[in-house]
Amino acid sequence: MNSAIRRLAVAAMILMLALMANSTYLQAFRANEINGRNDNNRVRDSQFSVNRGPILIGSTPVAQSKPSDDRFKFQRTYANGPVYAPLTGFYSYRYGRGGIELTMNSELNGSDPSMAFRRIIDVISNRPQQGGSVTLTLNAAAQQAAYSGLGKKTGAVVALEPKTGRVLAMATTPSYDPNRLASHDNAKVDAAWKDLTEDKTRPLSNRAAQELYPPGSTFKLVTAAAALSSGKYTPDTKVNSPAELPLPQTTVPLVNEDGKNCGGSNNATLTIALRYSCNTAYGSVGLALGPDALREQAAKFGFGSRPLAELPSVATSQFPGDPNEPQTAQSAIGQFDVRATPLQMAMVAAGIANKGEVMKPYLVQSVKTPDLKTVSETKPESLHQAVTPQVAAQLTTMMIDVVNNGTGKPGRISGVQVAGKTGTAQTSKERPPFAWFVAFAPAEDPKVAVAVMIEDANVARNDIAGGTLAAPIAKKVMEAVLGQ
Amino acid sequence: MSIASTSVIQIIPRTRRGVELLLLIIAVGVSVAAYVNIGVTVQNEVPASTGYYAAGIALLAVIAHLALRFRAPYADPVILPCAVLLNGLGVAMIHRVDLGLTAIGRTKGVPFAPQQITWTAVGVVGFLAVIIVIRDHRRLQAFTYSLGLAGLILLVLPLVPGLGANVNGAPIWIRVAGMSFQPGEFAKVCLVIFFAGYLVVKRDVLTLAGRRFLGLDLPRARDLGPILIAWLASLGVLVFESDLGSSLLFFGLFLFLLYVSTERAGWLIIGGLLFAGGAYFAYMAFGHVHRRVTDWLDPWAIDGGQVKLGLMGQAWGGILGRGLGQGHPEATLYANSDMIISSMAEELGLTGLIAIILIYTLIIERGLRTALGCRDIFGKLIATGLAMSFALQVFVIVGGVTGLIPLTGLATPFMALGGTSLVANWAIIALLLRISDQARRPQTPAAPVSDETIALAVQKA
Repeated sequence: MNSAIRRLAVAAMILMLALMANSTYLQAFRANEINGRNDNNRVRDSQFSVNRGPILIGSTPVAQSKPSDDRFKFQRTYANGPVYAPLTGFYSYRYGRGGIELTMNSELNGSDPSMAFRRIIDVISNRPQQGGSVTLTLNAAAQQAAYSGLGKKTGAVVALEPKTGRVLAMATTPSYDPNRLASHDNAKVDAAWKDLTEDKTRPLSNRAAQELYPPGSTFKLVTAAAALSSGKYTPDTKVNSPAELPLPQTTVPLVNEDGKNCGGSNNATLTIALRYSCNTAYGSVGLALGPDALREQAAKFGFGSRPLAELPSVATSQFPGDPNEPQTAQSAIGQFDVRATPLQMAMVAAGIANKGEVMKPYLVQSVKTPDLKTVSETKPESLHQAVTPQVAAQLTTMMIDVVNNGTGKPGRISGVQVAGKTGTAQTSKERPPFAWFVAFAPAEDPKVAVAVMIEDANVARNDIAGGTLAAPIAKKVMEAVLGQ
Repeated sequence: MSIASTSVIQIIPRTRRGVELLLLIIAVGVSVAAYVNIGVTVQNEVPASTGYYAAGIALLAVIAHLALRFRAPYADPVILPCAVLLNGLGVAMIHRVDLGLTAIGRTKGVPFAPQQITWTAVGVVGFLAVIIVIRDHRRLQAFTYSLGLAGLILLVLPLVPGLGANVNGAPIWIRVAGMSFQPGEFAKVCLVIFFAGYLVVKRDVLTLAGRRFLGLDLPRARDLGPILIAWLASLGVLVFESDLGSSLLFFGLFLFLLYVSTERAGWLIIGGLLFAGGAYFAYMAFGHVHRRVTDWLDPWAIDGGQVKLGLMGQAWGGILGRGLGQGHPEATLYANSDMIISSMAEELGLTGLIAIILIYTLIIERGLRTALGCRDIFGKLIATGLAMSFALQVFVIVGGVTGLIPLTGLATPFMALGGTSLVANWAIIALLLRISDQARRPQTPAAPVSDETIALAVQKA
């Protein structure tokens, strides 16, 4: 009888151990995941009562918590909300978080493991928890220039520092005011959320990084890079550049934008073809190189992988998987299924500017504790050597030619040599084409690389061209960075 | 020489009442400290009711202690302090939830903590009654069938029209004179005694070898009767009272006692299969059981679900807890009753929760230790039954709250808000202590009546 009782004692012990093991798993290992749930009111309530750290540009806060005397102790406020909204994101009681507010949440509210020591001190000294600050890499003047440059147009701007990959500007329009979502008045927040999510222009979407567009002629830079890297071409190699390029397997030819041949020649050089953005020339180069060479070159610039982990839902740019010959020719000029974010095209420009080396873009410069001790500081990292320095120099010369003599004239800055490339991407007859401009300056020692994409400018169809619509905005942003 | 001297160690029976007193002081101290802590963090002052609370709990502890000192001097010294600590912490947390509910304007009538203190007093009175009235647990054997009948009646009481009350989805309550009772808690005690008395008599028949199958000695088919009856009764509880927890508890108890009295694992396997079959049938056939299971499999699907809110509270508590008075236990439904373990885990953290589970474990294992030491079979079975009922109940409710198994509505012993459960648990503790007094008492030369005589007497009666 006693042996049976002993066995039951062991069984009871196992039951109790199972309870303890399960609770340990729950409270020690799954706690973070559960605390991070958007529907977790008690965590949200308490986080709303934390003195959340600011998001800074230099030493100026663009998002900060101010004391509040309503049901929460602090009110999150955004200075210049719409200008910085795609980066700061929002911090809402009802609708969660976005942007840096989301990705750097634990640093901002001070619960990050890197601030654990500080938190223990706070607990011991009975001080309320205080969050750390996040400093962004942005250049305030460039950001402002980008946002005002876009104005009422629908589009996006990204500016990078070529040598480091720092994001200097990232603007998107239409934007929204995060203060509307951060309000403690639930009825107002509900109304604002309804407005923003039902708005057909999708103001909550960050067009600079979260949406994919056909890059159009700006992708010719990638095709040119692949051609020059293959060793079979130089900038002076003459290529087939008729007004209409007949394509295999189809009766639809590839045509130039103006319906003429390339700068008066049926055999233009790569440089001339880039100057006038000749579709037939780069289409035939693309056909000669084949889709794999183009895809590999695109991947070296960052296509096919997700950049900028510091922002949520950044889109991955792509080159089509298995195009046939006509599709390859279309892809070589940035049409068909080639899709890129403005961020990706800025990386292409920045890579060429930085002697062929693409730096990993980053947005967070540093994280500091409330007493200004640095928790982490981002170091520039190389992503790929996309092309050799020689090829980069050749591409730069070709891009200078585009700005000085070709479609990129509106991007010129007096006293500074700009290198750039325009683009106009057609998708369908119904919607206006996308106008692009990618550039960097000064060409001899690049300080800024920029990509501008205009999705809709409310202007007549014929007027749309990367040069006239997008280049002036790029110019303003570059001027802002260069301090002119 | 040394061999000789070690082999004749004289075990001197000691009452250990002094140890018990010391442990009681600690238990009362911890409870009062928790109460004061809550007042200080929530209201920024030592609560005015501290004196009432401290005096009440200390007085009750001392009374229980004195009862043992005079009436059961050899009783186990650990069980009572454990019960006092759980009871005290429970009242403190109920008070905490009272304050939390007041803060968010969700008070339902009077605060619950004073009620629970009153019920604790009633529980201690019951404890005294058991210790004083039942001088020898073996006398209970004479009431085997009466208690069995009483147990069954208590079980079906909630089904009587006009008497039953459906609280929190399961009709396991009755309402008399404006007060709610959970008769199942007392049914449990009655049934343990019934099972024990029944098995003392029937164990020989049940042990008779039947068929050997796959290395197991299976009982004879005609001896399967009682287990089938117990199975059907437990299924009845499941079906008519929607109470998976109680059903598991009663059937599990019966199985454990059957196993202990016959020492044949075959019973456990047959019983386990029967229960699994019954539970599966209930899962397929009854919406409420099905819902419990789906809630358990995906607690996150239901907005504002009881389990979900509880799990969030526990996660928020983390390893060290938010600190008493610094969490939001009131955000969980039934934070002071079904989910009180979740409230504890939120404010005291994983650390506090494990401490609480360990205290339960101590009670369970001390109960089983009592069973081991008990000299009569009837007492062994009762002690085993009571200790295992504790183990099952703690496992079912804590497991449900922490998401290990589907949640069912069993009371968290000694902690959850609710008078019936508290009084029943105090009675269980008293019974265990009564048996342990017998077990640990030095044997007197004048031997008491033997089991066989009692068994015979019962059979004749």
